[in-house]
Amino acid sequence: MESWIKIRNAMKKYGDFVAIPDISLDIARGEFFTLLGPSGCGKTTLLRMIAGFNTIEGGEFYFGDRLINDLDPAKRNIGMVFQNYAIFPHLSVRKNVAFGLTNRKFPQETIQRQATKFMKLMKIEEYADRLPEKLSGGQQQRVALARALAIEPEVLLMDEPLSNLDAKLRVEMREVIKEIQNRLRITTVYVTHDQEEAMAVSDRIAVMDRGTIQQIGSPKELYQRPSNLFVATFLGRTNILDATLYLSEDGNGLHFAGGYDLPMPNLKNVKNGQRVAVSVRPEELVIKEGEDVGRGKCLMAKVVYSTFLGLNTHYIVELENEKRVEIIQESQIYDIIENGTVIGLTIKAEKINVFTEDGLTSLVK
Amino acid sequence: MVRQRKWQHDFWFVASFAILGLYLLFMVYPLSTVVRQSVVDETTGRFSLRYMRQFFSQPYYYRTLLNSFKVAITTGFAAVIVGTPLAYLYTMYEVRGRKTLQLLIILSSMSAPFIGAYAWILLLGRAGAITKFIQTTFGYTIPNIYGFSGILLVLTTKLFPLVFLYVSGALKNVDNSLLEASANMGCTGVKRFFTVVLPLCMPSILAASLMVFMRALADFGTPLMIGEGYMTFPVIIYNQYIGEVGTNQNFASAISVIAIIITLCFFLVQRYLSNRHSFSMSAMHSLERKKASAVGNFFIHLYAYGVVAISLLPQVYLIFLSFRKTSTAGIVFLEGYSLKSYQQVFSNMGGSIWNTIRICGIALFIIIVLAILISYLVVRRRNITNAIIDSLSMIPYIIPGAVVGISLITSFNNPYLPLVGTATIMIVSMVIRRIPYTIRSSVAILSQIPLSIDEAAESLGAGKIKTLVQITVPMMLNGIFAGAIMSWVTLITELSSSILLYSFRTQTLNVAIYTMVAKGADGRACALSTILMLFTVASLLLFNKFSKDGEIML
Repeated sequence: MESWIKIRNAMKKYGDFVAIPDISLDIARGEFFTLLGPSGCGKTTLLRMIAGFNTIEGGEFYFGDRLINDLDPAKRNIGMVFQNYAIFPHLSVRKNVAFGLTNRKFPQETIQRQATKFMKLMKIEEYADRLPEKLSGGQQQRVALARALAIEPEVLLMDEPLSNLDAKLRVEMREVIKEIQNRLRITTVYVTHDQEEAMAVSDRIAVMDRGTIQQIGSPKELYQRPSNLFVATFLGRTNILDATLYLSEDGNGLHFAGGYDLPMPNLKNVKNGQRVAVSVRPEELVIKEGEDVGRGKCLMAKVVYSTFLGLNTHYIVELENEKRVEIIQESQIYDIIENGTVIGLTIKAEKINVFTEDGLTSLVK
Repeated sequence: MVRQRKWQHDFWFVASFAILGLYLLFMVYPLSTVVRQSVVDETTGRFSLRYMRQFFSQPYYYRTLLNSFKVAITTGFAAVIVGTPLAYLYTMYEVRGRKTLQLLIILSSMSAPFIGAYAWILLLGRAGAITKFIQTTFGYTIPNIYGFSGILLVLTTKLFPLVFLYVSGALKNVDNSLLEASANMGCTGVKRFFTVVLPLCMPSILAASLMVFMRALADFGTPLMIGEGYMTFPVIIYNQYIGEVGTNQNFASAISVIAIIITLCFFLVQRYLSNRHSFSMSAMHSLERKKASAVGNFFIHLYAYGVVAISLLPQVYLIFLSFRKTSTAGIVFLEGYSLKSYQQVFSNMGGSIWNTIRICGIALFIIIVLAILISYLVVRRRNITNAIIDSLSMIPYIIPGAVVGISLITSFNNPYLPLVGTATIMIVSMVIRRIPYTIRSSVAILSQIPLSIDEAAESLGAGKIKTLVQITVPMMLNGIFAGAIMSWVTLITELSSSILLYSFRTQTLNVAIYTMVAKGADGRACALSTILMLFTVASLLLFNKFSKDGEIML
C-alpha cells in the first residue's frame, strides 16, 4: 500500500507540558484510519496538527511527498468534520455545502452542480434552502459531511463526529460514514474514544494513551492479539486473571490459583515460575456443570447474578480468591443458572492473551 | 501563498497596534494630562498638592463630595426598592400589556435626566402647574422640590428601569423547580420572596445598584437644574472649568482625579462583592406566570402602571407644552395651542437635529467597527498587546463624562491637533464613553461562537479576513445590532461631556435643549425634547423588531 500521510517524530508541547512526545505513523491512500483512546490521550491534538490548527513543535508531516508543516490550513486541501458540526448558522444548507467551493473561485455553475451532487449523496437535498437550526442533529451531521466532502479533499479529518448524537443515530450515521468512505475511497483520519465505533468503521486503528501509540492494527488484530494490557482492556471487555507460568517437557502452560493448569503452546520469551497477567474475554470462558466440574479440572466459581440480554446471557461469578469475573454465554433454551450455584470454568486457550506482570509486553507468539 | 499568509497575519498585527495607538492618543494621553494638571501648580509649574488640599480643606468643596455620595447612595437604594418588586411582579404574574409596559419602563429611562428635572420644575416647582393647582384648590403649598429631594425624585424615576432590566433578566434564569421545591418545603409567598427569590437575584441587584450609583454620581444636568444650592461634584467640576467666575482648570482637574479615584474604589468593591457571591443559573423550566387574585391583580397593575405613569409624566407634560401657544420670543407660554414652537425650531435649529444625526451616527459606526475588531482581538487572539487593549477598554466605565470632556479639551487645544470645537472631538468623546458597553456585549457574543466555526471556514479555504467578514461578523450581527440601537439612544441623549465640547457648529439636540432650558421655560425646548423623544421611541420600536426576544441589556 502506498503511504499517503506520513508523520515522522511528531512532537506537541503546551508550554512545558509535552502532550505528544514522539509519534511516527503512515496512513495509506484511501485508508480509513482511526485514532482511538481515552480523553486526554492526544488523539485530537494529533488530528489538529494534521489539519493545521495546532502548531507543530517537532517532526515532519507529509501529504505524499509534500511537507505540510508550515502550510496554511486553508491550503492543505483537507475536509474537516467537527465534533459540534461547526455549521454556519446564518447560511442555508446549500450555501454551507458550497462554501468551500466558492472560496476556490469555481464558476458558479460548477459550484451549484458539485453542491447538489454532495447534498444528494448525503440525502439532504430536500433541505437545501433551509437554515441549519431547523435540522435535526443527524441531518446537521450530514450537512457537515457534505460540506467537507464537496471540495473533494485529499484527506478527510473527523473529530469525534458522532459524539453529540443519540445511540441509535450514532449507529446509523457510522454506517453512512463507512459507506461513503468506501464509495469515494478518500483517505480518512477519524478520532473517537468509542472502541465499538472505531471497530465498526476503520480499516486500521491506532490505540493511543498518554501521547503515545500503544498499537496499530486492524480491528481484528487489536481485539484478538492486543500487544499490551492497556489495549486489551481498552478494546472490548476483558477479565484480568493472575497466573504463573510453568515450562515442562510436555509443553508450557499457565497455572491458576485453585490448582487449574491450562496448556499454552504459543508462548514466547518465558521463564518457569514467571508471574503473568492473563486477559480472558467474557466469551473465552466456558461454563461447565456436572461431572466435568472439580478441583484441578477447571476454575471453581459461584454465580453472583446473571443478566439475560436476549442473544447472550451475562454471568457475574466469583472465583475462589473472591475475584469477580464476567462470562458471556449464548442464551440457552433451558433455565438460567441460579444465583449461588457453584460452577466450573474452562478457558479457550487459543484465544486468550498473556502479558508480563507489568502488563507492558505480550507473551503470545 | 506565503505572502498572503503573512499579510493576513499583519492585518491583525496592524489592527492591534492601531487600536492601541488610538487608545493612547485619545484616552491615556488626555487622562494623564488631567492627572498632571491636578498636581502641578498653575503659577510655578511645579509639583504641588495645593489643589487637593484646597478641595479637602474648604467645606464649600468637600461638601459637594458628601452631597454626591448622599445622592448616589439614596438613589441606588430607591431604584432597587422601586425596580425589584416591579421586576418580580412583572415576571411572576400576568400583567396586561406586558410588551407595552416593558417599552414604557425602558422609555422612561431613555431621556437625559436634566430634561426630566426641567419638566418636574414646570410641574412641581414654585410656579409649577401642579403646585399652582393645589394652591388654588386646597390652599396648601406643597413642599419645595428643589435640592436633594428633587434630585432624588428625578434620578430615581430615570434609573429604576436599570434595576428592573437586571432583575427581570436574573429572574428569567431562575428555574421554576426552585420555587416548587421551596413551596414543597412549606415556603411560599412573601417569605419565599425574601428567602429564595431575592437571594437568587442578589448578584444582579448588586450589579444594577452599582450602575445606578455610578450614573447618579456622574450625573451633572440634574443637580444643576433642580439642585439650586445643593451642589454635587460634577457641578463643581463644570463651574471650575467653564463657569462664569473664578475658573481654575488645575483645580477642576484635581476634583476630576478625586472623582475617578472614588469611582474606582466603588467599582472594585462591587467587583469583589459580586465575585464572592457569584453563582451561575440557567433555567430549564423558566418561571410560569400566574394570574393573581382580583384584589392582588388590581394592586399589581396599580403599582406597575403607577410607577410608569409617574416616571413618564414629565415627558408627557413637555409634549403637551410643545403644542402650547408662546410669546413671540418663545419664552412665555400663553393660552391656546399652536405649532409655533415647532416652526421656530425647524427654521432656526434644524442644524442641531442634523448635528445629532451626523455626530451620533458617525460615532455609532466607529463604535461598532472598533468593538468588533477589539472583541475579536480579545477573544480570538490573546497576547500581551491585546490584553492591554482589553484593560484599557474598561477604563471609561469609571470616568465621569465631564472628566472625559475636560481631558479632551485640555489635550487637543494645541496647534498640532486642534480638535477643540470640531465635530471630531465630540465623536471621540462619544466613542470613548460608549465603547466599553459595546465591547463587553460583543465579547460575550463572540465567546459563544465556537472556535471550530472559524476553523471550519479556514479548512474550507477561506482566509482569515474572509472568515471574519463572511462568517464571524454575520453571526455576531444580530446581537450587535440590537446593542447598537441601545447605544444610539444613549448617544443622542448624552450631555455631560458634549456640554463641555460643543461649539456653535456642533451643537446637538440635547445640548440645544439644555442651553435653552437653562435660561427658563421655553416652548422651543419642549418641541426639541419632543423631537428627541420621537427619535428614541422610533429607535426602541426598531429594536423590538430586530431583537429576537425583545430582551434589552444596557
